[in-house]
Amino acid sequence: MIIIFPLIINILCVYFATIGFGILINLPRKALNVAGIVSLCGWLVYHIVDVHLNSYLFADILGTFTVGFLSIFASRYKKMPVIIFNIPALVPLVPGGQAYQVMKCLAIGNYALAKANLIQVIFIAGGIASGFLFSEFLNQLYNRFKAYMKEKRAMR
Amino acid sequence: MNERQKSKLLVETCLLAGKIMIENGSEMVRVTDTIDRISINAGAKEARSYVTLTGIIMSGSPDMGAQVTAIDKRTFDLEKVSTVNDYSRQFANKKISLGEFYRRLKRIDKDILPFPFWLQLIGAFMVSSTLEIVFRSNYYDFWAAGIVGMLGWFVYSLTDKYTNIRFLNEFIAAICIGFVSIFLIRAKIAISADDLIIGGLMPLVPGVPITNAVRDVLSGNLVSGPSRGIEAIMSACALGFGVSMAIKILG
Repeated sequence: MIIIFPLIINILCVYFATIGFGILINLPRKALNVAGIVSLCGWLVYHIVDVHLNSYLFADILGTFTVGFLSIFASRYKKMPVIIFNIPALVPLVPGGQAYQVMKCLAIGNYALAKANLIQVIFIAGGIASGFLFSEFLNQLYNRFKAYMKEKRAMR
Repeated sequence: MNERQKSKLLVETCLLAGKIMIENGSEMVRVTDTIDRISINAGAKEARSYVTLTGIIMSGSPDMGAQVTAIDKRTFDLEKVSTVNDYSRQFANKKISLGEFYRRLKRIDKDILPFPFWLQLIGAFMVSSTLEIVFRSNYYDFWAAGIVGMLGWFVYSLTDKYTNIRFLNEFIAAICIGFVSIFLIRAKIAISADDLIIGGLMPLVPGVPITNAVRDVLSGNLVSGPSRGIEAIMSACALGFGVSMAIKILG
């Protein structure tokens, strides 16, 4: 009970944060709820991998992969562009804490800690990019497969 | 309508659709795809277009001159992107004509309104307070972080409305966030200045440019992808400099 309670609060927080960010960038009203759920799933994968495998880089790659994968389905279901679900779902995965630490350490003159944090930020950014890469790759593979099956059926 | 007028209307419609999509934060592949689809559905097989982040060049047919449109400002309004997408889909299904498509695009600023300002403030409150809990799990500072984020968004929108300089609004908003957070700590209302600043900066994170930069580079657009990336890095640097200035001044 003690372990599960903060998790539930965090889940609610991620959902509402996504909806709040959606309001700021003016998402279509019909997409707000689905975007919140996509973001929630992505963050859950991120959190589980981060806690149990203890690797923030792998967690970010898998979390972004989930976001990219689910937002492709969401965009097919809602008939809207993919970025509508991608952008708000990215917000809980962004390395905000580390980026802030870089700036703060530079301001107070602790350059060693700033460098360590900067390297983390760059790695996380690369992880996010490769997560998107994998999901896009899977999407194109699926499209190719569908086109191939259609062609085969037409040949018969 | 003769062939020449029809071709002209087609080019005007495509340029306007592309301009609206880029101005409101679409990725480049979608813009190219939409323009190609509109011209194929209108029967212009030989239409060609070249799309960049700052302008679009398009010609309707080989024996006519090309038209250019320049794009100066870029904001985030994803509902307009989605609406242009819908119109294009309706045009492909022959539900609306090309003239109706053009009239609707002209009207889009009146038809699609942003969320009201008080709701945006509540949205900024939600983003800051909840993400402060997710990132730092500091339950005590929930309200303070929300208020700091709301104030940051208020300053950001106000400077955005009255000035024309890019990245100035982010810089001023970040300075305000830093000052207010440190004052709240000095007044013993909140516990941790770091948590307040991280939460307060979250509504200003350049999420749209980051995502679009990654997607543009992955699709092979080496003109628009890196320029979007620079836009994102400049925004992030403006936020960082603002906050570190506040820390430096107040200690």
